[in-house]
Amino acid sequence: MRVGIPRTLSFFTLYPLWKPFFEGLGVDVVVSPESNKALLDEGVRETVNDACVPIKLFHGHVAALKNKVDILFMPRLVSLDGKHTLCPKFLGLPDMVRCSISGLPEIIDFRLDLKKGKLELYRFLYRVGQRFTASRAKIIRAIWLARHNFSRYRKLLLQGLTPQEAFNCLDTGYEPQPEKNMSSIRLAVLGYPYSLYDNYISVGLLEKLKSYGVNVVTPEMVPERELKRMSKNLPKNLFWYYSNRVVWSCMYFLQKQNVDGVIHVTAFGCGPDAMTNKLVELETKYNPRKIPFLTVTIDEHTGEVGVATRVEAFVDLIRRKKGMV
Amino acid sequence: MKISFPYMGTSHIVAGYLLENLGHEVIHPPVPSKKTLSLGVQHAPEFACLPFKIVLGTYLEVVEMGAEVLITSGGCGPCRAGYYGEMHKRILHDLGYPVEMIVIEPPLVEPFDFFKKLHRLVKPKGYINLVRVLRVAWAKMQALDDLEKTLHKLRPLVFAKKQLNRIYDEGLEAIRRADSVKEVAVARKDALEAMHSLPADHHYKPLRIGLIGEIYVVLEPFANFDIERILGEMGAYVHRSIFLTNWIRDNVLAHGEKDIRAAAVPFLNEMVGGHGQNSVGEVVRYAAKNFDGVIQLAPFTCIPEIVAKSIMPAASKARGIPVMTLYLDEQTGQGGIETRLEAFLDLLRQKRRKQEAS
Ligand code: SF4
Ligand code: SF4
Repeated sequence: MRVGIPRTLSFFTLYPLWKPFFEGLGVDVVVSPESNKALLDEGVRETVNDACVPIKLFHGHVAALKNKVDILFMPRLVSLDGKHTLCPKFLGLPDMVRCSISGLPEIIDFRLDLKKGKLELYRFLYRVGQRFTASRAKIIRAIWLARHNFSRYRKLLLQGLTPQEAFNCLDTGYEPQPEKNMSSIRLAVLGYPYSLYDNYISVGLLEKLKSYGVNVVTPEMVPERELKRMSKNLPKNLFWYYSNRVVWSCMYFLQKQNVDGVIHVTAFGCGPDAMTNKLVELETKYNPRKIPFLTVTIDEHTGEVGVATRVEAFVDLIRRKKGMV
Repeated sequence: MKISFPYMGTSHIVAGYLLENLGHEVIHPPVPSKKTLSLGVQHAPEFACLPFKIVLGTYLEVVEMGAEVLITSGGCGPCRAGYYGEMHKRILHDLGYPVEMIVIEPPLVEPFDFFKKLHRLVKPKGYINLVRVLRVAWAKMQALDDLEKTLHKLRPLVFAKKQLNRIYDEGLEAIRRADSVKEVAVARKDALEAMHSLPADHHYKPLRIGLIGEIYVVLEPFANFDIERILGEMGAYVHRSIFLTNWIRDNVLAHGEKDIRAAAVPFLNEMVGGHGQNSVGEVVRYAAKNFDGVIQLAPFTCIPEIVAKSIMPAASKARGIPVMTLYLDEQTGQGGIETRLEAFLDLLRQKRRKQEAS
């Protein structure tokens, strides 16, 4: 039996949880290929034209998987922290996919809503497990494996690895030392994991920054406890999981890590980001150090060159500001 | 303290009355106009939804007129509307207007906060006054909705459509001026009678169209190019899914609307905020009631409506009812909307003819 997991959206957050779980159940996991033009084009064809790029891309990934697997795994993620929901498009995602793509295999789209309590995750996994085996012991063992792997993954991210590096490390045990380059420029690159770490969507932004000799920090590198602390700074928090993490980690980087600049990567037509982007912008603007801020908006036509030019100019500006040139 | 509030459809009549009679100095927001919109567009984030921009424009107009306190409703997601207040406040402060923003959160979610804010508003004249004012306000709201429903019903039938509009406008004004439940009742009755007395073709069977979508653009004619009037004058009957009274009953006083959401379940099995799930449910319901078609109004980048729209084709096909989605943003032009409506009505007429023939 083969289960398909699309390589986008929550993939970068939850894949290390799903993979050992399914393998523990004796199920093969098939992941869609890395995002590329063909996948996106396919997704664009299947979706309403006003959806954001990540949602279109998700449809592309599903289309790429549908003939290769017996079951598609795309749980309806409602809440991952017990307090806030995900973007409404995540909530309606399984329904959107069903209505737009034909010839789909069986879909597992159980609801995962941690507002119902901390144990909900285990109940959820148990329900999924029952689809594949009747053996209780097997499910529990798989859950245990998943949990263990997942907490290792989170630790690796906190150490500054990118999700891809962390995946490799979990598979092979090889732990790359995050290169500390001596550059004294430190940039916070904010955005949703599915935009930042998907090289196709972000047109290789993170790599590019590193090649300029910039130290990059991202929301995934901020410990949970710090995020929670930052959440108290706002009179009212946003409603969406990933957006909140962007705002909170922005405050963390500004207050605790003295970053020299902030780049916000956002998808064209992203609803929550209309709010997130403004909050982050005001946060940098009213910081006593007046932190330079750049918004990079990404859509299906974004060219690598255009983004590179803007980012380069931005880095130059910071260099000049710091008296480095 | 000079107080003001957002403008949406006929709700300003009720809101203005409430605040004035609770003893506050009210700055009445002007009817949204091109100027309002361009102010909003200029200062709002690019991908904010249209309602956000228009309301921001209104705020900028009223602060220029001297408003010091803005009062609006809150919410708790998952859609953006609940964050409007906070965001508007930040933008206004950033622009250098030190306004205070009172965001009323739903009483069921934040009871303490709700009563604290309520108390502040009621204090000048006390709670006995509040009871009286609330009764009148509720009566006004019902009367306004009744007038509007009648307007929708008669529009395709009445010959002198301009006159009908005028009587309606006068009715609104009379309801605005009324200061007791009795006066409201009189104003309502007079207006309804006047509307019914206009000569009309009661044998004409107009196309019946359901109007659904996000609340602000459905209720505010400026945002939707007065689509109800356009359709009415093209001879179609418009049934609007949202009215103030039923919306308040369902959303503020109780977690209602269960059945409409249940209708959506086969297609969309999750609340996605805003009117996303309702929109789908209402299509199912309009189909069951044998409507000819449905028009969905969605602000550009509106998250719930995008979800709804992706699901609409499936729902529409399964239930055999045509659905047209109109996206509204600052670039939408009246001409384009009219052409698309014409075409949609043509399609519905053909469909009806075919059905009658078979
Ligand atoms: S958060 Fe933005 S980018 Fe992500 S799914 Fe929602 S609208 Fe799209
Ligand atoms: S329902 Fe749509 S238009 Fe209304 S606040 Fe939400 S996203 Fe904006």
